[in-house]
Amino acid sequence: MSRSAILGSSLTKKYWMALTGLFLCLFLIAHLAGNLQLLDMSPEGQLKFNAYAKFMTTFPLVKAASYLLYFSILFHAFDGILIAIQNRKARPVRYAKENAGANRSWASSNMALLGTLVLVFLVIHMKHFWFEMHWGDIGTDADGNKDLYTVVAAAFGQSWYVALYVVMMAVLAFHLLHGFQSAFQSLGINHPRYTPMIKNVGVFFAVVVPVLFALIPVWMFVHRA
Amino acid sequence: MKLKLKIWRQNGPSDKGRMETYPVNDVSEDMSFLEMLDVLNDQLVRDGKDPIAFDHDCREGICGACSLFINGEAHGPGRGITTCQLHMRKFKDGDTIYVEPWRSAAFPVIKDLATNRGAFDRIQAAGGFVSVNTSGNLVDGNAVPIPKDDADKAFDAATCIGCGACVATCPNGSAMLFTAAKVSQLSLLPQGKPERKRRALAMVEQMDKEGFGNCSNTGACEVECPKNISLEHIARLNREYLAATVTKE
Repeated sequence: MSRSAILGSSLTKKYWMALTGLFLCLFLIAHLAGNLQLLDMSPEGQLKFNAYAKFMTTFPLVKAASYLLYFSILFHAFDGILIAIQNRKARPVRYAKENAGANRSWASSNMALLGTLVLVFLVIHMKHFWFEMHWGDIGTDADGNKDLYTVVAAAFGQSWYVALYVVMMAVLAFHLLHGFQSAFQSLGINHPRYTPMIKNVGVFFAVVVPVLFALIPVWMFVHRA
Repeated sequence: MKLKLKIWRQNGPSDKGRMETYPVNDVSEDMSFLEMLDVLNDQLVRDGKDPIAFDHDCREGICGACSLFINGEAHGPGRGITTCQLHMRKFKDGDTIYVEPWRSAAFPVIKDLATNRGAFDRIQAAGGFVSVNTSGNLVDGNAVPIPKDDADKAFDAATCIGCGACVATCPNGSAMLFTAAKVSQLSLLPQGKPERKRRALAMVEQMDKEGFGNCSNTGACEVECPKNISLEHIARLNREYLAATVTKE
């Protein structure tokens, strides 16, 4: 394929934005499914979670998927920044008065801001858990697995940390609120029968996934030892 | 009605420009917005001042010449109308109204509220046509059967008057709705199908070259379009361009 097939035109940039975005949505489901195990704070639950964490960082197929995931996150961010810069250049003089609320949702015109916040959150989030799991000195549990559970429980025992997660999940919700359905439109999927369905699923996804994610730190804070 | 107008004044393309305030009295609510500006210009000319430059032509909503970003919206408040179809009854006595030109790097200001929308002409010229061999074997268009649904959709796309409200409204300054309407109109019809791939590629390339922004599906264009052109056409352009890019030799 030619250069234009990668990032050459405004449309190919959108295709990649949509494809990586939808892949990240799939990842959110997998990540959430795994992390909901944290709601079981019994000693057996802790061992189970640590075994799961070990599996996720060592099983070859999951490892391969994780490299695709890192690439998708970076590419989605890079593509998004490129789009935002070009869009800013497309309107060098701003309007003195702009009634944005009349024709578009707040989320749809603030995707770059929301995305940047999510990216900053990801750096903090990965530093605390992903980095610690891979290279940190975190000790082992009764089964000899790295004790990630204790690291998570310690982090979510701090009120400011829980608050940060809850706020950031709200940010993610707004990003998904526009992003989910927008990805389908970018890929040319717009049909009078299916588009209303896609939009409804998008709203459901954008609300339920971040709420469940936010539930984990809140739950662990409330039930902290 | 008495109104306070805050209008963008700019002497020429290289002038920096600024908002200026003009009071207008004796505005009838039956006037169109352009007629109200005519009244203001009459007053300015009588006072020996420079009248405000703005685009207008047919004044019946079909030419696409009139523009104006009024109170933060393309063609002002109201849906499915151009500025010439906007009446002063939409405003209240004593209102302050902001009037600005289309803001886009691709639509440079000529003077005051008049912008150069030549970028649209160049997108159209890049592929928005059907090359027909007219050397004696021309087939009557009505002899080619076209499904009613396709004909209707093509007609909906063809109602685009190229006013530029989509670009002006879009927070990204994207020209996707215009380009999509032009591509859709032809790709839906048998006469336009032979050149559909070349057309999609060429028109998007020209659109990007003109410095328009990237579509992010905010949907603002569809809301403000005076001809209610649907986002379905943008999705169609996305499909056309994807197919053309992937199969290009």
